[in-house]
Amino acid sequence: MAESTLQSPVPVVAKKKSSESAVLRVGKYMAVRLLTMAFTVVVGLYLTILIANMGGYVDEIRRGEIRENIQQAVMNDQSLRNLTGDQKLKLIEERVSNEEERLGLNRPFAIRSVAFLKDAITLNLGFAEFMNADNGSRSVRIIVLERLPSTLVLFGTTNIILFFVTLFWALTLSRHYGSWLDRFIVATSPMSAAPGWFYGIFLIVFFAAYLKVLPFGGMVDVPPPDNRIEYGLSLLKHMLLPTLAIAMNQLTFAIYNNRTFFLIYSSEDYVEMAKAKGLTSREVERKYILRPTLPTNITNFAFLLIGVWGGAPIFEGVFNWPGLGRTTLVAAGLFDTPVIVGTTVIFAYLLAMTVFLLDFVYALVDPRVKIGNEGSN
Amino acid sequence: MKSIRSFFSELTHYPSAFVGLVMIILLFTFSIYTVFALPYNDAISLWRGDENVWYKTPKTAQPAWVNWFLKDDLPETFSFSSADGDGVKTEEYSNETNKIFISFPFEYNSKDFPQEVSIYFTSEFVQKEPFVSVKVITPDGREIKVGSFTVGRTHTYRFSQDQKLQRRLQGNTPEKGIFMLLPSDTEQLTAVPGQYELQIEAVAFEENSTVDAELIIFGKVYGWAGTDHRRRDIGIALMWGAPIALTFGLLTALGTTVTTMIIAAFGTWYGGWVDEVIQRITEVNLVLPFLSILIMVGTFYSKSLWVMLLCVIALSIFGGAIKGFRAVFLQIKEAPYVEAARAYGASNMRIIMQYLVPRIIPLLIPQLVILIPSNVFLEASLTLVGLGDPVLPTWGKLIYDGVRNGALVQGQYYWVLEPAFILLITGLSFAMVGFSMDRIFNPRLRGV
Repeated sequence: MAESTLQSPVPVVAKKKSSESAVLRVGKYMAVRLLTMAFTVVVGLYLTILIANMGGYVDEIRRGEIRENIQQAVMNDQSLRNLTGDQKLKLIEERVSNEEERLGLNRPFAIRSVAFLKDAITLNLGFAEFMNADNGSRSVRIIVLERLPSTLVLFGTTNIILFFVTLFWALTLSRHYGSWLDRFIVATSPMSAAPGWFYGIFLIVFFAAYLKVLPFGGMVDVPPPDNRIEYGLSLLKHMLLPTLAIAMNQLTFAIYNNRTFFLIYSSEDYVEMAKAKGLTSREVERKYILRPTLPTNITNFAFLLIGVWGGAPIFEGVFNWPGLGRTTLVAAGLFDTPVIVGTTVIFAYLLAMTVFLLDFVYALVDPRVKIGNEGSN
Repeated sequence: MKSIRSFFSELTHYPSAFVGLVMIILLFTFSIYTVFALPYNDAISLWRGDENVWYKTPKTAQPAWVNWFLKDDLPETFSFSSADGDGVKTEEYSNETNKIFISFPFEYNSKDFPQEVSIYFTSEFVQKEPFVSVKVITPDGREIKVGSFTVGRTHTYRFSQDQKLQRRLQGNTPEKGIFMLLPSDTEQLTAVPGQYELQIEAVAFEENSTVDAELIIFGKVYGWAGTDHRRRDIGIALMWGAPIALTFGLLTALGTTVTTMIIAAFGTWYGGWVDEVIQRITEVNLVLPFLSILIMVGTFYSKSLWVMLLCVIALSIFGGAIKGFRAVFLQIKEAPYVEAARAYGASNMRIIMQYLVPRIIPLLIPQLVILIPSNVFLEASLTLVGLGDPVLPTWGKLIYDGVRNGALVQGQYYWVLEPAFILLITGLSFAMVGFSMDRIFNPRLRGV
């Protein structure tokens, strides 16, 4: 029932001259949003650091990273080859304590936290304690970024499909108000109370365990097919159940929500007017119902997306999807602190980007941004 | 009072709301029954009990009611203990040896094999351990020598772990070998129902030395809910899951919505920078990854359900709902009666608490009811992520254990599906009531 906008764009563009082009206006709006969003992300990351560091965990990450770097340097240094093990250890200790002093790890937290923030913003996330990337690297940045595409493929595809299906289905339903399909949608909208992973379990039991037609989880067959087409087909096969699970969770509720909006808007006077003018029902729908409700729809979709992002760890865990969410889970299981903090940071970025992207679409479809504010005055 | 009655009469126009309400009442009754029938401490000590508590139940046994749907019943678990007077026990002392004979005749009436057969021996002696030999007499008159061994003060003999016995049974596992027709009919893999007898002959070498035995034939069904991989009765977690889930759901929903509403009221009333700060916090909150932060808190600090509850509330206060409330408060703020209150000099606090907040309660209640199921599921989600309260038996824990121990792959569907169904029913009943309430209270949705 989120009827509000992510952020009301009106005050931002309140004092624009009408001579400005729409492109310029959208550009300005986006620039302002980008700045606010950047600020928001920085605050969000700082909060994450505060939570993580309550027990001194970020300190440990930094110390571990320093030690790792210095050890590498000492071991690879040809000029130090002749030293004994003990001498090397002593040298490492010395350099570590120097480096810690240089980086101010002995200074108060308030000052240090700024350094952590800089690391987080530049994705300088340190080294994992137990986990490895596929290429063997222990850098958290590589571990996390390597997993990102799988997550984006799954949730990106699913959500785009969901958005368009919802929009057009809802439009059809608002035309057939009271039909059995309409009533079915209203009756099943409470299904959104259960999260996607929950339906996932039922789907896995039925399609994978009982019927044995679809895989239990994973992203592609093992071993992965060499052929591109086969790879794609295998990916599609594995995506079927996760998509279905998200659809069971969100589809009927989203349709119900949109349809209700369309119904409210279709009783507006200007819609009656358009009908009286003799416009075709397609045109009425497109120009007089869909157009004014689109900003609200996009906002609702943003909240839906954010909800889905938030549930990614568990969803990917249930479907064994090798994405970012599952990495968080594995890291939590292994108690791999740097990875946990790293994935949290990346998720914060992802959320911010989602909000920003939808803001951009919002700016494109909301006439108030394009035309400026004169119309509403 | 009148409005409440009219609300209920309106609610009955929505069949789904009515069904939901009935189910909610049943759930609450079930929770209260659970709290009294199986007190918390008992439930916890049972749930955390090891094999010593649960040695009498089979492993991952299906619930007993599956037999209603099967042509051939699965065997149930039964046990005999000579110490409790089951079976026949005779003792005969002569020549410094005490000869003890224990016989457990039993009727086996399933065509399926038992899961496992075990004998738990207890004996009393000073120095020399008694010696026992065990044999089984089958309905077709065969006499199967099971084994001979000495027993300490306590001794567990598991048929399935006896390699020699397996060899004597032509390589069949003992659970099968003893209960099936041998040897001509190796094709037939069903158990033979009928009268069996287990005989134990023990020789103790001291006058007061004695041996007692407890025979347990583990079946493949147990109780109304079945058992898990640690032989625990799933019913305990199913029962205790209800009060825990309802408490968690109610408290988080209440804590979140009420705080959110009050913050929104303050923000809109004071306006200016207060409102601006609240708006900014809401935006930052939108970017914070909810589950990841909970995972962080769970791994670094505490997995206690109550810590999680506080974190969930803290992270949801500045959620999307605040904007909805704000929009409504902005309208109410301009209402003439608020202006009147200001004119006669009501304090800010009084206007917020007595003039603004009560007006929004009709909008708040549906929101609250809709939030309950999401929080009930959140508890399950947290458990599935491995952040479940380590002590409490919950529905989420059952699903977690089941998925973790391959219940889905091995076909032990009941283990996951039972808690999932209860979760679904709980979630749906609250959601159905909440959605109907929303349509009743929200004038914009009326008639749509």
